[in-house]
Amino acid sequence: MSLARLCLAYLRLRLGTTLLNVTLIATGVAILASILLVGSQLRDRVQREIRGIDLVVGAKGSPLQLILSTVFHLDVPTGNVSTAEVAFVRNHPLVARAIALAIGDSAWGYRIVGTEPELLEERGVSLAAGRLWQAPMEAVLGAEVARSTGLGIGARFVGSHGLGGGFAHTEHPYLVVGVAARTGTVTDRLILTSLESVWRVHAPRTPAAYEGQQGEVTALLVRYRTPLAAVQLPRLVNARPSLIAAVPAFEAARLLSIVGLGLEVLRFLGALLLAIAALAVLVALTNALSERRADLALMRTLGATRGLLIRALLLEAMLLTTSGLALGLVLAHLSVELLVRMLPEARVSGLSGLAVASGEIWLVPALLLLAIAAAAIPAVRLYRTNLLRILAQR
Amino acid sequence: MFRRGAALRRPLHVWQVPNTVASNPDIAPVVLVDELRLSASGRSLVALERWEIYPGERVAIVGPSGSGKTTFLQTLAGLRSPDAGRVIVDGQELGGMSEARRDVFRGRHIGFVHQTLHLVTALSVLDNLRLAAFVVGKQVPDRRLLDLLASVGLESRALARTIDLSHGEAQRVAIARALVNEPRLVLADEPTSALDDRNARVILELLFKITKERSAALVVATHDGRLIGSFDRRLELGNER
Repeated sequence: MSLARLCLAYLRLRLGTTLLNVTLIATGVAILASILLVGSQLRDRVQREIRGIDLVVGAKGSPLQLILSTVFHLDVPTGNVSTAEVAFVRNHPLVARAIALAIGDSAWGYRIVGTEPELLEERGVSLAAGRLWQAPMEAVLGAEVARSTGLGIGARFVGSHGLGGGFAHTEHPYLVVGVAARTGTVTDRLILTSLESVWRVHAPRTPAAYEGQQGEVTALLVRYRTPLAAVQLPRLVNARPSLIAAVPAFEAARLLSIVGLGLEVLRFLGALLLAIAALAVLVALTNALSERRADLALMRTLGATRGLLIRALLLEAMLLTTSGLALGLVLAHLSVELLVRMLPEARVSGLSGLAVASGEIWLVPALLLLAIAAAAIPAVRLYRTNLLRILAQR
Repeated sequence: MFRRGAALRRPLHVWQVPNTVASNPDIAPVVLVDELRLSASGRSLVALERWEIYPGERVAIVGPSGSGKTTFLQTLAGLRSPDAGRVIVDGQELGGMSEARRDVFRGRHIGFVHQTLHLVTALSVLDNLRLAAFVVGKQVPDRRLLDLLASVGLESRALARTIDLSHGEAQRVAIARALVNEPRLVLADEPTSALDDRNARVILELLFKITKERSAALVVATHDGRLIGSFDRRLELGNER
């Protein structure tokens, strides 16, 4: 015999109520844990994507749109940057490096991004197979693109105009020359090629008219030469009539705060559910106490102290909440993992149900406090119970 | 040395048969009541100058309903404090203990059988016996608990749910449980009042048998006239009020 065994026997005796309370707690925990899980992974993901990029320079428009379209590859670009402006940025003494991006076409829904080899170095992308492009119309597939299309080295494909499946550029097929290793970033979902490839696809039809020409780009990913540039360069860029400077760290924080608003609502809902669960546990324990008056009196005559009976009550509340906590955590991780596996949109976000959010650990003391709070009033009632009055009623 | 036998002050009466244990001056009483006064709702129930019970003795507390039998038994168990006087059980004065210590002392030294309050319904028969040891922090081997159940004829029902037991069976389990911690004193409050003649006789004989086997003193509060003649002594409450 142990206190836990006694408590489990009582919980079994009222199985319906026990299951209901565990379910309530588990639902609250599952919502909170899912939000923590998704929120923390989103934050990590955003931080990973913007690492190494101090500033993004693009055509006038919304800075958030510029970041979303050129760093996260989610939105449409703000426009094009002329060759003169590209030269201005590249040659500025505050700029250590500026990597150009040319975006405009896609294949199978994956974006074709014209860029420079430095991008792969900057993003820490290595090749799993093949080589980097050396001539126009050669392409390197991101790991996810290669996996989902099944294309390998030597395969040919054509891009579609725009990012949502426009007309096909059949006259300009690409040749796959390399496949990138998986990075867990948006690069896995890109088709990388040279800037010249994108210019050629969108240039006048005679190749002769194109050769040797510099084209416009969508944006420049800038790395500062000195910390001073963080103060001066965005101001200088924004002063130019056709350019806008977007600081990824700032825009990412804005993005997270927008997403965070939705998460806050869900978090409130989860906390509300937990509060309701705490009330349900309180009611269940209070009812149990009334139902068990005879048992409690009997145990007192057998030699049980008030302290022992209060410990039993507390343990019962703990067993309820820890069961709810465990079940809720399992549900949260399972549901995120299922969501990722079932929805392609969720899969590309890089979320995983197998990850553990650091905030989840705080659910443990929070739930233990909830158990103590739920048991407090019944415990006081138990302490004040008049044993002789119960015995007199029997 | 305490005065042998019960020194009784009116309105209480005692009738005692000769007892070999009680006549041995070397044996200490299991219960010693000294200058005890009990009352309820302003009404005096019990007034005893000195009263003792010895190991193996079987004492009946008799009297009509409301005469204070249960109150007296609860006082002997340390469940209520007297208005005045001392109750000493197994050499320990109950009034000198903290509530928690008195609870544990009761569990270890006093077995209590109630009239209707028998078993913890959430537990099996065997677990009810285990509970008695657990609440006072003792470890009692299951073998001994099964022996106890065998002594009340219920070894085969060890794993039964308590709600499946008849009233008589539940009462027998309660008797077995009262002996789990090998108490020196067993108190039973109207243990036969809800039973028919045959079952009442069975339960009483069982109480006599297993307390005698363990040299425990037995005090039974009863107003059941069928049984009184079986006790060594009786303490009558409620006369000449």
